[in-house]
Amino acid sequence: MKSLEDLEKKINSELTTKINHTEIKHNQIYIEIDKEDMLDVAIFLKTNQDTKFRQLIDITVVDYPEQNQRFEVVYLFLSHEFNQRLIVKYSIAENEVIPSLTSIFPSANWMEREVFDMYGVSFKDHPDLRRILTDYGFEGHPLRKDFPLTGHSEVRYSEDQKKVISEPVKLEQNYRNFDYESPWEGTKYIKEEIESNDKKN
Amino acid sequence: MTKKIKNLNLNFGPQHPAAHGVLRLILELDGEVVEKADPHIGLLHRGTEKLIENKTYMQAVPYFDRLDYVAPMNQEHAFALAVEKILKIDVPIRAQYIRVIFCEIGRILSHILNVTTQALDVGALTPSLWGFEERETLMTFYERASGSRLHANYFRAGGVHQDLPKGLEEDIAKFCETFPKIINDLESLLTDNRIFKQRNVDIGVVTKEDALDYSFSGVMIRGSGVPWDLRKSQPYDCYGSLDFKIPVGKNGDCYDRYLCRIEEMKESVSIIKQCLAKMEKGPIKSLDGKISPPPKAEIKQSMEALIHHFKLFTEGYRVPKDEIYTAVEAPKGEFGVYLISDGSSKPYKCKIRAPGFSHLQSMDYLIKGHMLADVPAVLGSLDIVFGEVDR
Repeated sequence: MKSLEDLEKKINSELTTKINHTEIKHNQIYIEIDKEDMLDVAIFLKTNQDTKFRQLIDITVVDYPEQNQRFEVVYLFLSHEFNQRLIVKYSIAENEVIPSLTSIFPSANWMEREVFDMYGVSFKDHPDLRRILTDYGFEGHPLRKDFPLTGHSEVRYSEDQKKVISEPVKLEQNYRNFDYESPWEGTKYIKEEIESNDKKN
Repeated sequence: MTKKIKNLNLNFGPQHPAAHGVLRLILELDGEVVEKADPHIGLLHRGTEKLIENKTYMQAVPYFDRLDYVAPMNQEHAFALAVEKILKIDVPIRAQYIRVIFCEIGRILSHILNVTTQALDVGALTPSLWGFEERETLMTFYERASGSRLHANYFRAGGVHQDLPKGLEEDIAKFCETFPKIINDLESLLTDNRIFKQRNVDIGVVTKEDALDYSFSGVMIRGSGVPWDLRKSQPYDCYGSLDFKIPVGKNGDCYDRYLCRIEEMKESVSIIKQCLAKMEKGPIKSLDGKISPPPKAEIKQSMEALIHHFKLFTEGYRVPKDEIYTAVEAPKGEFGVYLISDGSSKPYKCKIRAPGFSHLQSMDYLIKGHMLADVPAVLGSLDIVFGEVDR
């Protein structure tokens, strides 16, 4: 498809019920779907003559711990043919297993391993779901918002045991997160008032 | 009598000079033929994305230098562009030229390193000695502009940190005159070299289809004959107004990728020359005081400048709620930043898309059926830097 608007129409008319929402911004199309439809949508995007999203650029997850559906899975696609970018998203709860794209895009292999490593999201039918970036024997999923920046354990060389050992992080001073956000907007109730006024406008 | 033959497992790295960093490659060998390759990465993982989530937008820039540390400013560029698009601010024309000049210098830096060390891996020592002398000159340009040879921290959302010092433009112009001769010298050592060709021609062949399926980008996809370069297809900054060619390979082997890199260096020199000719005096960063810090001298005089300075270096600037994916053509391929802002002064999420990650992933596919001695040649032509693969 030549223009993004045409592409949006095309996707909406071909996939009708599978699409929950589409939006064009920053010269890219954002599509929201349901988890179950991911494989169908990916096959359609890759093989259809009018879309030809032949490349899977990346897979990632955004963590919103306060939401019921905690993780938002994001797929970035690129079409060389039509020079367009497309972003597919869907939300899942913490322990849900999602379909793997490895059968359609071989490059999804490591991207899904990274998502598994960083967020603990599991993939169904993935050929080799291991940790990839973190250390052998690492525990936890570092990019979750509730994982502390300093981590849980640190490694050092122990002179007594003559080997590298892992032990809980000990900090002389706790990690301090300074909140500099507008100290002079005043106390909280004034801030809330300003925000509600902003909303009215 | 039949004898049972067992395949040999070989650990390649993490301490191996041809692994180009900390790569642990577990190879399954049948005699000298590689049956399977399983790269173990992450030995240089520093949690860049997590750290960026905890820093303001301005403090996040130096982390990008430490990704692909042979072409630092190209990475900063992607982040700066992403923030600019969300903030909807314009970049002054002089700043655009400065950024493009330094991105192309980064490209030359990266390609020299790759071409010469690839030659080193297959047995040629001299190119690296000649090439590194030029890299040194280029890094002094980095130093004169930003104060640092490697970790520049020079690009900002809305422009660059400071203007070029006096005389630097002339020196870069001089370099552009002398450097093509060095490329020719390197070519005379390698392009028709019998040993270099024997080690690279028809090694690690990637077909067009597979290059797409494995999410290749940059030289890896152009070497296989796909004319795709983000500088041309999705121009950013002033690339749209510059005239340059995209070299494309035919066979998709290591040798074609080497040729592409050599040609790209020549194009980069031409781009730098055009920028220097077109560049005029003017502002080098956005004039919006809410985003760019004021000049130091003004702080002593102007109350407003003092307030802006204080606010920018404590809270930082706020970025409205939005999400965006921005990619640039880094020397190694498509380097992208998927940025989610939530209206505060820190990114909510910053996913970094490193080209090397998807290139290295295809190692098993590329090396299957090749000899053990081809591993360094293929690895060399993938152009892997572990700073960006491991993040």
